Amino acid sequence: MSEHHHKETFVTKYIFSQDHKMISKQFLVTGMFMGIIAVLMSMLFRLQIAWPDTSFSIVEAFLGSHQTDGIMDPDMYLALVTIHGTIMVFFVLTAGLSGTFSNLLIPLQIGARDMASGFLNMVSYWLFFLSSIIMVMSLFVEAGPAAAGWTIYPPLSALPQAIPGSGMGMTLWLVSMAIFIASSLIGSLNYIVTVLNLRTKGMKMTRLPLTMWAFFITAIIGVVSFPVLLSAALLLIFDRSFGTSFYLSDIFISGEVLHYQGGSPVLFEHLFWFLGHPEVYIVLLPALGITSEIISTNARKPIFGYRAMIGSIMAIAFLSTIVWGHHMFISGMNPFLGSVFTFTTLLIAIPSAVKAFNYITTLWKGNLQLNPAMLFSIGLVSTFVTGGLTGLVLGDSALDINIHDTYFVVAHFHLVMGVSAIFGMFAGVYHWFPKMYGRMMNKTLGYWHFWLSIICAYGVFWPMHFIGLAGLPRRYYTNTNFPMFDDLADINVVITIFALVGGIAQIFFIANFFISMYRGEKATQNPWRSNTLEWTTPVEHVHGNWPGKIPEVHRWAYDYSKRVDPNDDDSDYLHGEDFVLQTTPLLDGEEPS
Amino acid sequence: MLALFYIFIGVAIGVSVWQITRIMDFRSSIANDQDNAAQGKFAIAFMAFLYAMMIYCLIFMNVIMLPESASYEGEHDDNLFDITFWLIGIVQFIMQFLIFYFTFKYRGSKDRKAKFYADSHKLEFIWTVTPAIVLVLLIGYGLWQWNNVMDLSDAEDPIVIEVYSQQFRWDARYAGADNTLGLGNVNFIKGINTMGVDMSDKNSADDKQVTELYLPKGRKIHFKFRSQDVLHSAYMPHFRAQMNCVPGMVTEFGFTPKYTTLEMRDQPEVIEKSIGINKIRKAKGEDPYVFDYLLLCNKICGASHYNMQMKITVVEQEEYDKWLSEQPTLAEVIK
Repeated sequence: MSEHHHKETFVTKYIFSQDHKMISKQFLVTGMFMGIIAVLMSMLFRLQIAWPDTSFSIVEAFLGSHQTDGIMDPDMYLALVTIHGTIMVFFVLTAGLSGTFSNLLIPLQIGARDMASGFLNMVSYWLFFLSSIIMVMSLFVEAGPAAAGWTIYPPLSALPQAIPGSGMGMTLWLVSMAIFIASSLIGSLNYIVTVLNLRTKGMKMTRLPLTMWAFFITAIIGVVSFPVLLSAALLLIFDRSFGTSFYLSDIFISGEVLHYQGGSPVLFEHLFWFLGHPEVYIVLLPALGITSEIISTNARKPIFGYRAMIGSIMAIAFLSTIVWGHHMFISGMNPFLGSVFTFTTLLIAIPSAVKAFNYITTLWKGNLQLNPAMLFSIGLVSTFVTGGLTGLVLGDSALDINIHDTYFVVAHFHLVMGVSAIFGMFAGVYHWFPKMYGRMMNKTLGYWHFWLSIICAYGVFWPMHFIGLAGLPRRYYTNTNFPMFDDLADINVVITIFALVGGIAQIFFIANFFISMYRGEKATQNPWRSNTLEWTTPVEHVHGNWPGKIPEVHRWAYDYSKRVDPNDDDSDYLHGEDFVLQTTPLLDGEEPS
Repeated sequence: MLALFYIFIGVAIGVSVWQITRIMDFRSSIANDQDNAAQGKFAIAFMAFLYAMMIYCLIFMNVIMLPESASYEGEHDDNLFDITFWLIGIVQFIMQFLIFYFTFKYRGSKDRKAKFYADSHKLEFIWTVTPAIVLVLLIGYGLWQWNNVMDLSDAEDPIVIEVYSQQFRWDARYAGADNTLGLGNVNFIKGINTMGVDMSDKNSADDKQVTELYLPKGRKIHFKFRSQDVLHSAYMPHFRAQMNCVPGMVTEFGFTPKYTTLEMRDQPEVIEKSIGINKIRKAKGEDPYVFDYLLLCNKICGASHYNMQMKITVVEQEEYDKWLSEQPTLAEVIK
């Protein structure tokens, strides 16, 4: 393989590349671009929430015909929250996170030359790119983009009479998502096959870094659940365009009775959430995997409870596919189902708690190298705990009745999957930037970025729980029609200010990212003194990853600070340093950990 | 206010650009001992900020929260909520302390060696089993309460009321003397028959259509929900009640009002919240706020989703009877 001498043109190297490292960079940059759009949208609608009657020239500039005198139209407000959610969940945190790091790390950490199928990998990216283009295009449709919420519940999403965004905007949304799902499935299958078949000699499943386990299991959940969303979307397309009645029945709108008979929106909710809930873990597990790796490396300690971590990932993955009904406690489904879903939902707290405790124990008595990546990982643990705990309230059907669809839910899921996953993604970028671009990111900007981000994340989402407990429903264009919510107005102003500062703070990251790409300090081969295989490859990318033979693996990934005498913390490091590459053979008499 | 805001953004961007160009000249990338020391201190400072905010919100935002449940069924919801909230609150305070304190305490330095500590079956057993036991208790209470609320079969002599949603309004229909609702379907919507009641059904004649809910205190209300166009959700936060309205099917929910509207207005929590609201309203020159129960739409349903509400008034039985007798039956209205 090392004798590869492809003639690489600009097009095959940078555009239609089949090299996993290039594809991962393509995923990252596309994901970042989509992320910027989604953040800008959130800043716009936060302006509306905080100052509903105030005219903003920035609103006028961005929204064109969808505003009057600098105040956005109610339809556009709904469209913004819809597209913000869609882009963040799918385009940033699924494709941007999984696509980037699964592609970059799977071959590098298991010791493979590339993905099982470089061609399919390329197809996966370009389908994602196409779906991104279509989603962005839908913003410019005359009647506005999809506006039925990111969950696109019919009949609202099926009937253009109900909301203008359900016309061409929704058509493009569905087409975009169908292509996105194809991209995701092709990618996931590739990840699974690669992890199972292309591990280097000695890389047993039980020696895989936790990143690999997380990506591997994530890919499996994706393959299990994404097709169901595809079928849900296809049936919705049928209802919208071909007159079927899968989701619609007995509807009177705009002065006429529609012909639909016998369908049920609850069916759509089931199909949607069968993907929708596992999706939470598709987003979160890779972030947790990245965190496991980064915390262990920077704590200079083995991750605590490696096998328990794998078990937790598997338990979470399994449970995640049988809890979708907790989004539907009050949808009108049989209350008995509600009981079942409450039970399975709260069970997820157990493996989640195990993971959180294990992270904290990994920090305990460590030698913490507080790099930006490490701080983002610690931040992830913090927001994961905060957001996870409120899940105990929402997962309990009896309590969910009264806080369903309030801002309490918004606060909960933003902390537990939004902020946590994006922190994981940032951590990953800071940590593996040297592997991607051969240069380092600036740490001072990284620190600024982290502290502003976490302060703003809590500043936005902690008070938001309380306005939810005050009974304020989400997706309200303004609360001014309800005097009972007047005392929440000031809190919303505070939240918006934190949101704006937090959004603007991302400039630190964007600038750091692009400037470091060209001007950053040159990376050394193993800058974080890490154990895993990706740090045995040369800094300059070569096709096939290792110039010579693929290295052989002799140990797990977490032999940090291993001692001569395992029971004596003061004894010397067994291998002379506080890290031991996975390629280092066991010494005579050394116990494998 | 607005100008201030733009100035603020401008300054923030300016400072960012200045800082970024300045910082990028230092090409340092890997944390050294000084960084670890500084960041460890920041972690403690952040923890102080986080705790201050958490405690501030917990104490001072009490007043904005919903008052105690106005339905008997909701009492256990409040109980369960309190138990859950205390529990997660305690865990939250401990866990966040550990996370940021450890970040500070074990900040890296050249003199420190990390402890090689990969596994402990005992610890892992403890933190698998402890949450499991706690959860069994929470799940148990939660499921008992869920069945309690959702089971409408054993209610004696409930009042049947249909709540009907459409873009963007609520209507209600009382079942009348026979306490049985006449059938309804969108095909019957015509002229004044806006809820699509089948007038050929013998149960329909005595039904009464209204635009405001009156409920008697202490009687079980059995709600049936229908929707005419898209999904809506009938959210009655003060009663801890909510159910989606789904086109093509009838959904149900029930509760028993505990306080009349007047009694609720005299509740200390409500009085305190109203004072706060009225301070704000007075400053804006708006009419004072008086507490009323409300039914809000809580499922995204279109442009005016944010303004879809219906007033609920809870009164004593006699007053309810009087009010209801004044409402015309459908047979009288729809000729």
